[in-house]
Amino acid sequence: MLILECPCCGVVGEETEFAGGGEAHLKRFGPGSSDDQFHTYLFAKENPKGVHFERWRHANGCGKWFLAARNTVTLEVYGTYSAQTYEPTQEIKDKISAKVPGWSWRGFS
Amino acid sequence: MKRYSAFAIAREALTHHMGWERAWASPEPKKKYDAIIIGAGGHGLATAYYLGKNHGLTNVAILEKGWLGGGNTGRNTTIIRSNYLQDASAAIYEKSRSLYETLSQDLNYNIMFSPRGVIMLAQTQHEVRGYERTAHANALQGVKTEFISPSRVKELCPIINLDGPRYPVLGGLWQARGGTARHDAVAWGYARACSAMGMDVIQKCEVTGIRSEDGKVKGVSTNRGDIDCDKLGIVVAGHSGHLADMAGFRLPIESVALQALVSEPIKPCMDVVVMANTVHGYMSQSDKGEMVIGGGTDGYNNFTQRGSFHHVEETVRALIETFPMIARLKMLRQWGGIVDVTGDRSPILSRTPLENCFINCGWGTGGFKAIPGSGWGFAELMAKGYSPLTAEFGLDRFYEGRFIDESVAAGVAH
Repeated sequence: MLILECPCCGVVGEETEFAGGGEAHLKRFGPGSSDDQFHTYLFAKENPKGVHFERWRHANGCGKWFLAARNTVTLEVYGTYSAQTYEPTQEIKDKISAKVPGWSWRGFS
Repeated sequence: MKRYSAFAIAREALTHHMGWERAWASPEPKKKYDAIIIGAGGHGLATAYYLGKNHGLTNVAILEKGWLGGGNTGRNTTIIRSNYLQDASAAIYEKSRSLYETLSQDLNYNIMFSPRGVIMLAQTQHEVRGYERTAHANALQGVKTEFISPSRVKELCPIINLDGPRYPVLGGLWQARGGTARHDAVAWGYARACSAMGMDVIQKCEVTGIRSEDGKVKGVSTNRGDIDCDKLGIVVAGHSGHLADMAGFRLPIESVALQALVSEPIKPCMDVVVMANTVHGYMSQSDKGEMVIGGGTDGYNNFTQRGSFHHVEETVRALIETFPMIARLKMLRQWGGIVDVTGDRSPILSRTPLENCFINCGWGTGGFKAIPGSGWGFAELMAKGYSPLTAEFGLDRFYEGRFIDESVAAGVAH
């Protein structure tokens, strides 16, 4: 069972308090984009065995969205951070590097 | 291969049953095969079997990282049905269901197919409308299903509680020819038949890379050396994304955990399969007497092959509402598997950007029922480059927006 801390309201709760919202740091493509970009944005999901970044919502709490860094093999949560950012905080990246040397996820490492 | 029969039992009794041969061989990998299938689960083995049986291709290896049928083939709740909404789905699942009917005779291996009937309960007005629509669609597709009344549901499954504290039973979608089969036996039966045709089923052989030349597949690298092949089929369910990475393309798939549990064995109390999608649980009774129970997936990417307790609680709560008599049953075992889920909840049976490399994945939470049909169609696709069964299930459908949307009709539970 995952234990997540909501960075918006500071509450620490287990996963039934939250709702997963899929891949984080998506760049959105809409009208005017190429078919390739639109297809990749909608369907070609990151599905890594290991470090993963996701959107979560504090559904049974403050109701706000935030982002989480998590491992899909060990279910370890490396940390949560605000959704109003384009990339994970350096602190979380350092923490992941200490546990999983040489990790990468899309452009991040 | 010696045939199994009543006569064989008598014959072997004369030698105190010490003369039974191994069901399949454990050969060393050769340097080259006409075709390699990665993944010796039900779908992989069925593909190899129909490559040999329907297309005369027997220089085939099936490579398995772990043990035969040890992934989702050995972890599912063994339900077989074909009451899907979309034409393409109904075609492949109905083909599969009809192949299951004669599979024991075909493979000379008892897969214990039991066409006991499947009821999908309608517990909201939306579900009533949805299932009535499915029943009409099935009539047009030639799949025999009917929408039945609550009293008929009670007649078919006397232990059910129709008044449900939250959701009363308003009817059900009944497929009399659906049922269950022995899941391990399906993998074992196909493996034995493949081995008998001279194919190599190679266990504990992990693929570590896919080699290509000029955009064409050349072979695979494994922990037991390089093996060349003309054609490659990737049939690895939850780990499809991983293998696709090696082959250099991406898949519209996310892997999540799905779990199941069984109770202690009890006397026969229900002889149909009941699925309750609104409250989210489904149940059947195995031949040993255990109640076999399944529920929903975890809501996030996961590769751990184990479930989570709050989902067990949710599923069991739903089933106690539906079947009050099981309230005091003890649960014996609980386990999880990694299922590969696509955006439209329909599988992918497709060519790939790498020439002569094919992929069969995305069966999500309901692949067991599709094993023979999937193998039949995928073998045809690999051998001939086209199969009417798989034509709609190409990777290009996501690019073209041509979905086979089963997420409402069937994505909840299998």
